[in-house]
Amino acid sequence: MTALPVSLTGTGTGRRGDRAFRAVALASGLLVLVILALIAWTTTQKASSAFSFEGLGFVTHNDWSPSTTPPHFGALALVFGTVITSAIALVFAVPVSFGIALFITELAPDRVGRAVTYVVDLLASIPSVVYGLWAAYTLAPNAQHFYERIGTATASVPVLNALFGGHAEGRSIMTAGLILAVMATPIITALTRESLTTVPASDRAGALALGATRWESLRVAVFPRVRSGMVAAVMLGLGRAMGETIAVALVMGGSPQITSHLFNSGSTLAGIIALNFGEATGNHRAALIGCGVLLFALTIAVNASARAIVRRSDRRLTA
Amino acid sequence: MSVLAAPATSIRTKSVSRGRATRDRLASAWMIGSVFVALVPLGFVVVHVVGKGWHTAMAGFPDFFTKPIPIITTLPGPGMAPAIIGTLLITGFAALLAVPLGVMGAVYLHEYGSGSKFAAVLRFFADVMSGVPSIVMGLFIFTIFTLREGLLGVGGSLALACLMLPIVIRSTEEMLKLVAPELRHASLALGCRQWRTIVSVVLPAAAPGIISGAMLAIARAAGETAPLLFAIGLTSTTNTNLFHGTNTALSYQIYANASSPFAASQDRAWASALTLIAIVLLFTILARVVASRFSKLAAT
Repeated sequence: MTALPVSLTGTGTGRRGDRAFRAVALASGLLVLVILALIAWTTTQKASSAFSFEGLGFVTHNDWSPSTTPPHFGALALVFGTVITSAIALVFAVPVSFGIALFITELAPDRVGRAVTYVVDLLASIPSVVYGLWAAYTLAPNAQHFYERIGTATASVPVLNALFGGHAEGRSIMTAGLILAVMATPIITALTRESLTTVPASDRAGALALGATRWESLRVAVFPRVRSGMVAAVMLGLGRAMGETIAVALVMGGSPQITSHLFNSGSTLAGIIALNFGEATGNHRAALIGCGVLLFALTIAVNASARAIVRRSDRRLTA
Repeated sequence: MSVLAAPATSIRTKSVSRGRATRDRLASAWMIGSVFVALVPLGFVVVHVVGKGWHTAMAGFPDFFTKPIPIITTLPGPGMAPAIIGTLLITGFAALLAVPLGVMGAVYLHEYGSGSKFAAVLRFFADVMSGVPSIVMGLFIFTIFTLREGLLGVGGSLALACLMLPIVIRSTEEMLKLVAPELRHASLALGCRQWRTIVSVVLPAAAPGIISGAMLAIARAAGETAPLLFAIGLTSTTNTNLFHGTNTALSYQIYANASSPFAASQDRAWASALTLIAIVLLFTILARVVASRFSKLAAT
């Protein structure tokens, strides 16, 4: 920021510098589009042999048996595993994340709020492989007894016995869902908190002045304004949970199945890739890359719609 | 906020019906309870990782951090140095790729394209890209790089760089927004070209914030496993050349050792987890320190 040796009557080299710099910046920005397009193109191409081998059955058949002759690559059970574990994750993560975000913005004194924010960030900074290690060797063995007890307690309750019955395993869909919940919580919390801070203090003050309790002021003045922000936060948390790989791979094995028993084992799209890709060749490898393509499409759809919701609500707020 | 909340509580105790007061209290209890619920897994993970990893990591200190990985994995004994060095090198090179590109991308979004439709589209896709699962990034690098070049440390770097790029772009853009427009105007008024203004005025002013964002991205990348699975291979000796031969990383070693049925390997997994958390935490704290200095600078 010291001397800036540029004369107003420049010889034109400066202008060239300007153009070059702008071009480099533009190229760096465009890299994002290039990489996304390349991901879609190269992975789809490498998976094409599996797609043409199975046809639509790749997503509609529930039969994933790569080592039989002929092999079958029906990934429905994997899609099911991805959806069910993510759904469990949201069931646990959403109320907790909303609670924390509201605590930080509405309840806590500034200093406490900052400390809680810091702690939630720490939760996000623990690598997923460490969560996986912990869930597989510490959480799962302890959870098994607990699962068995729930199983026997609900054995005669109509809907619950379908969910909690069957053979209870520690390394189950439920454990995977729980660890995904831990990983989705920081994201949902951070985004919810962000959208809560956009509500002007005067809105809350108005409700409070009319005699509303704090909870009523939230319901009347705050929630209607941040609804779309909260939806987007949940969807981004969903995207994170669906794509999470290593923790799920460590917790559950590679045994895809469609079951209503949440204490049984299963597998997810991301998990099966991590577990089997190393040994896979030929069509099996193509099918696993195909799982990646499915996962890519699913997460892109979830993320893009979440971001679109955020954008739209941002525009509405600024307008 | 606390100023606003204060009168509400005094009103509540006097004139609010019991049902409404109960609901309000329940809502507060839910918020406070949520914080404690989130603390439970964090506490357990930290306690268990330290409890199970400390002994192996510290036995015959500093052997665990300096010795190669035992070839016979069933035997107890130290050694994770190749993975520690691998993690630092692979992540470091990824940062070398992603940070300059990400900063330049953000410069385009904020300094050149600000307000334009095209920049909005780029921003949208940067957000979308940050949601691409890391395993998909791993598959991508496998198909585009590893199939041709083989298992190399640099493949892991490329995958991590792809993950870091959108994070760096978005965090840098937020920092550029904080740079006062007057600084740009002053520089332009002195006759500086726009690129000079950006290089010698805007970027230095935003540097601490950019660095802190980049370090958070590095911390995230250092903990990633999935992108490395099919890119770097596996080795038990230190390989400092990212462009030749297979490599290894802490996260990969945790995954590989955790999948093993042998107690000695699992012990090493816990000790590696402790090491990895320490490295990630170090970067996160450094980022915080830099960021807090930046906010002080911005406030003055």
